[in-house]
Amino acid sequence: MDKTAPNPTNQTPELLRRLLRAKDRMDADSHEDWPVERLARVSHVSPAHFARSFKEAFGIPPHRYLLTRRIERAKTLLRDTDLSITDVAFQTGWASLGTFGRIFRDITGESPGALRQRERAAADQLGRVPACFLSAAQRPDLTIAVLEKRRRTVADTNGARKTKENRQ
Amino acid sequence: MTQGIEMMGLYVRDQEEALRFYVDKLGFRVHTDVRNGDYRWLTVQHPQQPSLQLGLFVPGPPTLDAQSAQMLQALVAKGAMPPMLLAVDDCRAAYERMRAAGVEFTQEPVERYGTVDANFRDPSGNGWKMVQGRQ
Repeated sequence: MDKTAPNPTNQTPELLRRLLRAKDRMDADSHEDWPVERLARVSHVSPAHFARSFKEAFGIPPHRYLLTRRIERAKTLLRDTDLSITDVAFQTGWASLGTFGRIFRDITGESPGALRQRERAAADQLGRVPACFLSAAQRPDLTIAVLEKRRRTVADTNGARKTKENRQ
Repeated sequence: MTQGIEMMGLYVRDQEEALRFYVDKLGFRVHTDVRNGDYRWLTVQHPQQPSLQLGLFVPGPPTLDAQSAQMLQALVAKGAMPPMLLAVDDCRAAYERMRAAGVEFTQEPVERYGTVDANFRDPSGNGWKMVQGRQ
């Protein structure tokens, strides 16, 4: 059998359906804490197997999936409400404003305040798409770890600086 | 004749389970239920929408090979199929009724954008959004 074929996992539809339940719960309450033990209980999977099973099913570790949902929701709140950035941070599940700002910037490439200004300046041409699907379309596509993304950004910046220095 | 969409199909993991869900819990009616050996053509419809049938099909032979069927089963169970939308008069009342019947809701009714909406899934993993019609 072709080992490079995308799927062929041994995950049964019944297991996948139970893993989906954990994903659904994070979707519904992304502001809550979701330690692996809690998610594993939802899926009726042992905590030792949960993270690996989830990643195999959905292609992203559960904690990173939670981050994408929190950032998606934060972006919506920044765009659609007048909540302060502090309130947005706490309502989307962060315990500290600093962590929220840093991770938000790592993932989206701009600060919460900058995103709010830009979104408000842009004309609203998406009014005809149902809101939940519109929101999903703006979910960050977090294919690498946040720390890795941060590292690469720093590396790029350093690289750019070096090039500039070389030119001088 | 009236032109338009007459039937759309959903993939489900078990037709009997899906039938019980859509008929007993959602209040749909059976439109066609015909068997030919292992093959079962099963469609249901909303009681107020006789022009549209919802097919409940298990991916598999004779229309699909075993590997494709397995992949589709996995996709359905992962919630990867496109969302369906159910219009109701009163979202909160429908939510209470369906939840009491054992429907798995993934989002409680939320009032926004001038209407009320909730999300639920069928036993196979197909996702539905239930939206209250604007008055």
